[in-house]
Amino acid sequence: MNATTAGTTGVVPRIELRGITKIYPSVVANRDVTLSALPGEIHAVLGENGAGKSTLMKIIYGVVKRDAGEMLWQGKPVEVANPAHARDLGIGMVFQHFSLFDTLTVVENVALALPGKPALGPLAKRIVEVSERYGLPVDPRRLVHSLSVGERQRVEIIRCLLVDPKLLIMDEPTSVLTPQAVRKLFETLRKLSGEGCTILYISHKLDEIQELCTHATVLRGGEVTGHCDPRNETPQSMARMMIGKDLPHPQHGAATPGVARLTLAGLARKSPDPFGVDLDDIHLTVHAGEIVGIAGVSGNGQQELLAAISGEERIGNRRQVVLCGVEAGRLGAARRRKLGLCFVPEERLGRGAVPDMSLADNALLTAHRRGFVKGGMIRFKAIARFAKTCIDQYTVKCSGPQAEAKSLSGGNLQKFIVGREILQQPTVFVVAQPTWGVDVGAAAFIRQKIIDLRNDGAAILVVSEELDELFEVSDRLAVIAKGRLSPAKPIRETNVEEIGVWMSGMWPGANGSARATERQDEERHAAQA
Amino acid sequence: MDNIIPILAAAIAAGTPLVFAALGELVTEKSGVLNLGVEGMMLVGAIAGFATAATTGNLWLGALAGMAAGAAMASIFALLTLNLMANQVASGLALTLFGVGLSAFIGKPFESVSLIKGGTFDIPLLSQIPLLGPVLFRQHVLVYVSWLVFGGVCWFLYRSRAGLVLRSIGESPDSAHAIGYPVIRIRWLATLFGGAMAGLGGAHLSEFYAPMWVEGMVAGRGWIALALVVFATWRPARVMLGAYLFGGVTIAQFFAQGAGIDVTAQLLSALPYLATIVVLVIISRNVNTIRLNSPVSLGRSYRPD
Amino acid sequence: MRLRLEARPEPSRLMGILSPLLAAALTIVAGFVLFSALGKNPLQAFYTFFIYPIRDINGLTEMLLKASPLMLIGIGLACGYRANVWNIGAEGQLILGAIFASGVALAYHGSESRLVLPAMFVAGAVGGMLWAAIPAFLRVRFNTNEILVSLMLVYVASFLLSWLVHEPWRDPEGFNFPQSKQFTDSALYPILIEGTRLNVGFLIALVAVALGYVFLNRSFLGFQLQVAGLAGAAAKYAGFRASRMVWLGMLVGGACAGIAGMGEVAGPIGQLLPSVSPGYGFAAIIVAFVGRLHPIGIMLASLLMSLLYLGGEAAQMGLNLPSAITGLFQGMLLFFLLGSDVFINYRIKSARAVPVPAPKMAAT
Repeated sequence: MNATTAGTTGVVPRIELRGITKIYPSVVANRDVTLSALPGEIHAVLGENGAGKSTLMKIIYGVVKRDAGEMLWQGKPVEVANPAHARDLGIGMVFQHFSLFDTLTVVENVALALPGKPALGPLAKRIVEVSERYGLPVDPRRLVHSLSVGERQRVEIIRCLLVDPKLLIMDEPTSVLTPQAVRKLFETLRKLSGEGCTILYISHKLDEIQELCTHATVLRGGEVTGHCDPRNETPQSMARMMIGKDLPHPQHGAATPGVARLTLAGLARKSPDPFGVDLDDIHLTVHAGEIVGIAGVSGNGQQELLAAISGEERIGNRRQVVLCGVEAGRLGAARRRKLGLCFVPEERLGRGAVPDMSLADNALLTAHRRGFVKGGMIRFKAIARFAKTCIDQYTVKCSGPQAEAKSLSGGNLQKFIVGREILQQPTVFVVAQPTWGVDVGAAAFIRQKIIDLRNDGAAILVVSEELDELFEVSDRLAVIAKGRLSPAKPIRETNVEEIGVWMSGMWPGANGSARATERQDEERHAAQA
Repeated sequence: MDNIIPILAAAIAAGTPLVFAALGELVTEKSGVLNLGVEGMMLVGAIAGFATAATTGNLWLGALAGMAAGAAMASIFALLTLNLMANQVASGLALTLFGVGLSAFIGKPFESVSLIKGGTFDIPLLSQIPLLGPVLFRQHVLVYVSWLVFGGVCWFLYRSRAGLVLRSIGESPDSAHAIGYPVIRIRWLATLFGGAMAGLGGAHLSEFYAPMWVEGMVAGRGWIALALVVFATWRPARVMLGAYLFGGVTIAQFFAQGAGIDVTAQLLSALPYLATIVVLVIISRNVNTIRLNSPVSLGRSYRPD
Repeated sequence: MRLRLEARPEPSRLMGILSPLLAAALTIVAGFVLFSALGKNPLQAFYTFFIYPIRDINGLTEMLLKASPLMLIGIGLACGYRANVWNIGAEGQLILGAIFASGVALAYHGSESRLVLPAMFVAGAVGGMLWAAIPAFLRVRFNTNEILVSLMLVYVASFLLSWLVHEPWRDPEGFNFPQSKQFTDSALYPILIEGTRLNVGFLIALVAVALGYVFLNRSFLGFQLQVAGLAGAAAKYAGFRASRMVWLGMLVGGACAGIAGMGEVAGPIGQLLPSVSPGYGFAAIIVAFVGRLHPIGIMLASLLMSLLYLGGEAAQMGLNLPSAITGLFQGMLLFFLLGSDVFINYRIKSARAVPVPAPKMAAT
């Protein structure tokens, strides 16, 4: 298969990469990467987390300097010195983690990314024009921190569109969108490509790439493992190029729910963060031996909900959180652990684990109650043994219990953290974004372990932004939107489309009493038991 | 009523070193850099200014020397924290301790030297206005300069493109870098400006306000300036107000004695420091206010890829 | 050829130990340069500054005597700094400890009881803890920055001391000098070595360092402090109460500083004076950093800092340089340390462009 199509059609590629290499001290990000895209082409850059996609895009955009190789823009070799230069050439980039400034307005944010010193008044008008033309409504005068995640992405995109880009790079754009919003984004992208703009679409989501893209370059471990046309491929064949083997699927099996272990009874709390989301009248029950999933785009109250459950934020009314039969609202995280709660947070380095500490020390972080502290003194040998057990059972690739947490790859660290919590044999297990940023093999492993834990009788709550994952592991599924929680539906009775609608806050009884629907579910559940 | 005018005028004069130091630190902090070395920079600026004025006989040359010395001190800090990625809090403390030692060392020979007082200037016409005139317009030239600096800082931060860029860097250096702004270079400039202002504040103190050199004469004003920036929630107008209020508290002891109020001398001397604590408590209580106004990246090391 | 800093894949253990030594060496080199610039013979100045003060038993004991409060306060501050609790007001806490201890000594002036000294010890600790409790409380309750509060309190403490020795506690037979009565023997530390000023305070400092080692490195509380300092969100996640860390960090530092203050008035000073410390509270901050918050490092660093104090005094007499040169050296030492610390996490690489390889077509 040819790496370039220039020879066959005679059209000069808009962008061509040859032999791009970038090596960091601890990892090879890109090695000898070639890629070619024509004007108007929607070109996917496919690979799992850690494959080197983001680094490659940063090289194109001038944020990172390459170590070797060359880049051709419209047929001519070019050195992109910095992002401003990239913008001059006509390259725009929408980052996965937005580069917006919360305390400034939309207009000010856009102005910062444009060359020269544009006047804010006329700029606001242009923003409105562009936003209407491409179906991305946004108010220029609003402060960015008051925008939803989807709206912020629109600002990022508009910022790029204002410089009339010839190449638009989108880095994992749909991780923050509902399924319906994804559809609208694809319309916008098709319109752009129809006008001759080349789009580089970075993703690891095979179904989206099949729907949208006409060409794909597959990366694995920093190297190109293939070029293909996604329309002619199956998800399995692309997965094989992406990870080198078939996509693993965890064994789900049926759930046998038992007694209620975690109950949220009208949980309501104002967010301590001025930019956060207030929780409102949340009702949920998680029983022993079942997995309840909570879907939702980030920024809808997940942080606040998890903090209220874990005990990191205590709430005034102790009745609103009931843990293993105990009213736990006022209890702190340590006391809730005593009741049998274990929690895996979304942020690994810095919250789930201390980056500069060894794995043994990090094990001590939450497992200390299991006999590793005697008379106020730490039992070093015992905790090291526990860490070793965790490393072995969860196949954590590292140099041993004394390895520093930050030296592990994302997937391995997550395996360690999940293992540390599960090995404590919790009665209630809460996990947020269990496989975000984790390679496919480790992700499947983690999901299987969670299912196994359910089969052992634990009550499990999974909060995730990946709908595929939730449909794979959950027994019941609820949606959180703007601080409110939908009733939890058995997984077999719902589908992606319905959940997508619910993610906009529109579930039955959303404006009425969520409690009534939850009680109905409880009664039905009791009848089944 | 007769006493009010000299009190207000004295408060403004006393608050001027704070104005310089606090406005300088405000710009530095707006870019995301926390420089705790203000006290050290003021001390070095004070002795540099005094020594230059004493040896050359030119007070204004001394003021310039003070600014240069302050900027030089700030550059050590910038090198450590911006290029070598050292911890900002520790480096700022080190700068203060170093400044204390350096200024005491250089200043030994100048301890009994006296300077010719100079530099006050009554602005014609304006100084004739009843009440406001004598208070505001019969001040030292550097007081007027401090007002110009205030105006300049306001315009720069809120009306200029460069100021917008600086604020964005303080908010999120990673995003600013991704867009392509030279984060380190702008932070260097902001830090140097803060140092120059601190040095000027120190020079004002030793050359014009006192005027003399005594070891440690800045007496904690650098720290008060830091507290002022927090108290003012990083807004220049509030900094001015706070600085003059503190100026007033500083001179309270003299006026209490003059008014025949019998309070222990040491208690009056301690007043500015106690007031600083009170003011800090009041403003810090509302976590949201701090969160909404402080530069998000303040004090955190920035590592370019 | 341009140089740039490149992050190491993991921090260098070797540099962790070398960097304080590198800093000390750089300070000495800077000293050489400084002496030359001032017109003094560098070798002779080096001898006068570093060697002469400790040439005999008397000099050595003086070094240990000055090192005691530095060690003691240093280990106390280290506990707080580990947890990102920045107690900068140790000087003020030292003063309050001296005041409280003096209060006891003066109340029992003339008594022969064996309990006076222990009572002074407790009083000193209480005084220091009280002064440290203020910034701790304000931070926990009102989220106020403890650096600024503890620092402001240093100034307040020195004014308080000034008032006490000028007014209520002034020795009526002291010729109107601002000083308290001199303490009687029961209120003074026993001397360890005849003919010197080295007293029991030195042993107390050593014990404190040993206890500090055990506490910081082996106890679970010490572990909690470390987590709080390294990753606040992780400490919250683990259920370690942030307020407890702040109280612990500040009070330990305050107690140590207070005991050190008691040691000064029960030791070499023997009474309460307007100044009871040549800046030990601030010097101890440098000791804590240069000693890497580690007990052994703190011991060594306090010996070095103590030598710098003695050197400054010697320089004043022998080299005709102001004793303020001590502060200059101490500041330089800290700067060099912070600079050297960079190499723990980074190394220098030359920024040469890597040659472009011949382009290769990717295989399918």
